[in-house]
Amino acid sequence: MKVLYFAWVRERVGKAEEALDPPPAVATVADLIAWLSQRGDEYAHAFEKPKVIRAAIDRIHVKQDTAIAGAREIAFFPPMTGG
Amino acid sequence: MTVPVTIRLQEEDFDVAREIAALSRDRTDIGAVVSFSGICRSDKADGEVGDAIAALVLEHYPGMAEEEIARHAEEAVARWPLTGLTVIHRFGRIVPGDNIVLVVTASAHREAAFHAAEFLMDYLKTRAPFWKREEGSAGSGWVDAHDRDDAAAARWAKS
Repeated sequence: MKVLYFAWVRERVGKAEEALDPPPAVATVADLIAWLSQRGDEYAHAFEKPKVIRAAIDRIHVKQDTAIAGAREIAFFPPMTGG
Repeated sequence: MTVPVTIRLQEEDFDVAREIAALSRDRTDIGAVVSFSGICRSDKADGEVGDAIAALVLEHYPGMAEEEIARHAEEAVARWPLTGLTVIHRFGRIVPGDNIVLVVTASAHREAAFHAAEFLMDYLKTRAPFWKREEGSAGSGWVDAHDRDDAAAARWAKS
């Protein structure tokens, strides 16, 4: 799956997107955040407050208990500040 | 009847008067047009008075931003008897005094136009994937989201 990062999540991770293939035990968005957090200091920093992080699957907002099976594109970002 | 809906994301500025005129041109069924312009201020969102910013840099999620705005535009059209709707949101570097966002709603009567415009702005603030970074003399930083914006959007949730 393609994983995208925006705003300060992107800055902390150090990249805008990457292709990832998490193990089957990573079932939900929250699982994916926990798995990403283990990938290195930059990820741990980006996801240090997991409850603050918002997510979208295939460009639709989702809650963190949403299953990621079948997702093509998952995005992580801070609360939005547009308008 | 299909309601004309225009949604644009762009780096360049827009002309508010031209967008209003475009929505009501050649129509005799429109009795009310409401427009909201969001403009870049020079004072920091959470700063002291006199703590000026040089620019806002708006990042967005291409693809999702258009789709998310379209979903809310569709909901606005379903909830209020609108005769037209335009949403323009800029991205990139925007300096104080320049436009950031425009919502124009048209209807036979003012109430629907006012409500739909406010609904769309409240949702743009909290659900459209845009993020503002402030550039100032002392460096730059991301703007924090406000609870008051969440509360404003929550008013429109259907019970």
